[in-house]
Amino acid sequence: MRFFLRRLGFYVITFWAAVTINFFIPRIMPGDPVRALIAKNQGRISTDAEAALRTLFGLEKETTLWQQYLDYWGLILRGDLGTSFAYFPTPVADVIAGAIPWTIGLVGIATIISFTIGTVIGSGIGWRRGTWADSLLPISTFFSAVPYFWLALIAITIFSVTLGWFPASGSYDRSLVPTFSWEFIGSVIYYGTLPALTIVISSISGWILGMRNMMVTVSSEDYVTVAQAKGVSERTVLFGYAARNAILPQVSSFALSLGFIVGGTLIMEIVFSYQGIGYYLFTAVAAKDYPLMQGIFLVITVAVLFANIVADFVYGVLDPRTRQEG
Amino acid sequence: MTLTDPLDGAGATSLASPGHLQRLTPSADPVLEIRNLSVDYGYDDDPVHVLRQVSLTLGRGEVLGLAGESGCGKSTLAYAATRLLPPPGLITGGEVLFTDRSGVKTDLLRLNETQLRASRWQDMAIVFQGAMNSLNPVYRIGRQIADGIRAHEPKTTQKEALERAAEMLDLVGIAPDRLRSYPHELSGGMRQRVMIAMALALDPQVLIMDEPTTALDVVMQRQIVEQIAELRDRLGFSVIFITHDVSLLIEIADRIAIMYAGEIVEDAAALDVYHRPRHPYSSALLHSFPPLRGPRRELIGIPGSPPDLSKLGGGCPFRDRCEFAFDACSKVNPELVYPNVPGDDPRRSVACLRHDPAAVRAVGEEPLPVPAELSQT
Repeated sequence: MRFFLRRLGFYVITFWAAVTINFFIPRIMPGDPVRALIAKNQGRISTDAEAALRTLFGLEKETTLWQQYLDYWGLILRGDLGTSFAYFPTPVADVIAGAIPWTIGLVGIATIISFTIGTVIGSGIGWRRGTWADSLLPISTFFSAVPYFWLALIAITIFSVTLGWFPASGSYDRSLVPTFSWEFIGSVIYYGTLPALTIVISSISGWILGMRNMMVTVSSEDYVTVAQAKGVSERTVLFGYAARNAILPQVSSFALSLGFIVGGTLIMEIVFSYQGIGYYLFTAVAAKDYPLMQGIFLVITVAVLFANIVADFVYGVLDPRTRQEG
Repeated sequence: MTLTDPLDGAGATSLASPGHLQRLTPSADPVLEIRNLSVDYGYDDDPVHVLRQVSLTLGRGEVLGLAGESGCGKSTLAYAATRLLPPPGLITGGEVLFTDRSGVKTDLLRLNETQLRASRWQDMAIVFQGAMNSLNPVYRIGRQIADGIRAHEPKTTQKEALERAAEMLDLVGIAPDRLRSYPHELSGGMRQRVMIAMALALDPQVLIMDEPTTALDVVMQRQIVEQIAELRDRLGFSVIFITHDVSLLIEIADRIAIMYAGEIVEDAAALDVYHRPRHPYSSALLHSFPPLRGPRRELIGIPGSPPDLSKLGGGCPFRDRCEFAFDACSKVNPELVYPNVPGDDPRRSVACLRHDPAAVRAVGEEPLPVPAELSQT
């Protein structure tokens, strides 16, 4: 238990550091981008929004830096990330809240599928190294070496334009009202299949390769030989001894990739016009929507931290050695 | 504690401890017979012959020591006999005959996958040299002992298996509450004891120990060796004890086989090897470490280094390092024969042309007598 509390403490400090850096970056930026933005949106920014914006960007010349810092924390803890310019007058928090479920739902599920299938295939190939199974490796590596946007465009050309199996863009049929009906969920799955497929195909080779190599390493460990000598079933040796230890490094890279789901799928969401967080980041950059950008960066930071917490806890459960005090 | 002192009394006949009844009849009731076992490394056209026609018999209840320099094939022999040889090792010939308690012989090399898994651990268990890495780091040791038991006795519940595991730990002097420990919470010596407990969990008839004490300090080595000897007396299993530490073997083994370059060069009772070595390599090996007791003697290293097994031609592989080599040694590879010394134990054998005048004459050379150093009585 102390292990988990110590880790939690570590993450609280990291979160504090991340938010503090997020606070200082606009303040050390040369020039005054925000004043220019306010001027550009003259009359369209309410007094409240302007005050919040000033706090977020450090424009309150009349208050001390320390006071600004405390105000900034106050805003963040209340979930107030300012008002978006591009989607004025929607608050940034609402824009992000509307986008995040789409990204997490689509990319999250695709990443989990990719990790699961890749790890299973990788342990199989690693266990039977040197056989025909190894020839799967170059094929999967080819797909991960292909630039993602190209792969996605080819997929759209083949499956949407030529064959017409899947829609080329969007996240659900616009004629439907978003509710928890089977029709709507079916439409979401239908629209999400092609983007998910391209993500799985382009990322699976990393999981296969990582697991395969760890399996090869672990298979020559003494405890695997001992397990064989004990005469336990091949299944037990494979899953209980070899794969059980080979998966440990996979778990940490999985957690890292979970953190990057939130921010790392910009290209997919642009290519498929999918209304996730990456798509909004892209529009925010195009529209010089600084509050939205800053909000998305903060959310990405928090997501990476959270994924790391999860990874630490899972790792602690899977590997007793990491629970050691000291 | 019934570890025999090999140096009490002058010869084998004056030994009194009960374990030595078996020593006088080593192969009368064999539990494991390795016959002409050959192992190659490499699948290509030019493999390295790492084991060449090795034959070895282990009597029931006997402790057989297997000694030799690093790279002579000791561990390969252990892995081949248990069919755990990792690639690119390949068994190219021979038999490993196991005799069970009712006297039925089976050739372990001809068992299918299912039969082999059923036989492993039940008939023959093995303790490896890597005490540090032999245990799965992510499971508690109780679970690791229990899964071996349950693999062979599917009707045993996990609870019963853990109770058995606790008894086994108690047997090797580890508190049963250690069942819930992870391997990293144990010291090296404790881990090796856990491995021994694990190996004995199914009451196997043969225990192969591949340098079980190499990674441990000398005090721990001593304790482990004494423990094995004590457990052997109590449970009656047979041991093949592999080590490069000949002085340790003289303490524990009933019989010693000396290996050199993938072959057995001498096979005799432990005290015969110690007091009356017949092979020049055994003699040299004995003079390369200080005796634990008895008069001091001069230490002499063995000149040169072991031959490259991939470049062995005909002839005796030891000839380049042998002070008694003569012309015939480069022409014929000696086979194991009864030593050419009158009055020797009829069960001992040696592979040296000094003891085999017939083989020397067969290649048209003049045999030389056995030197005094190799014919002590």
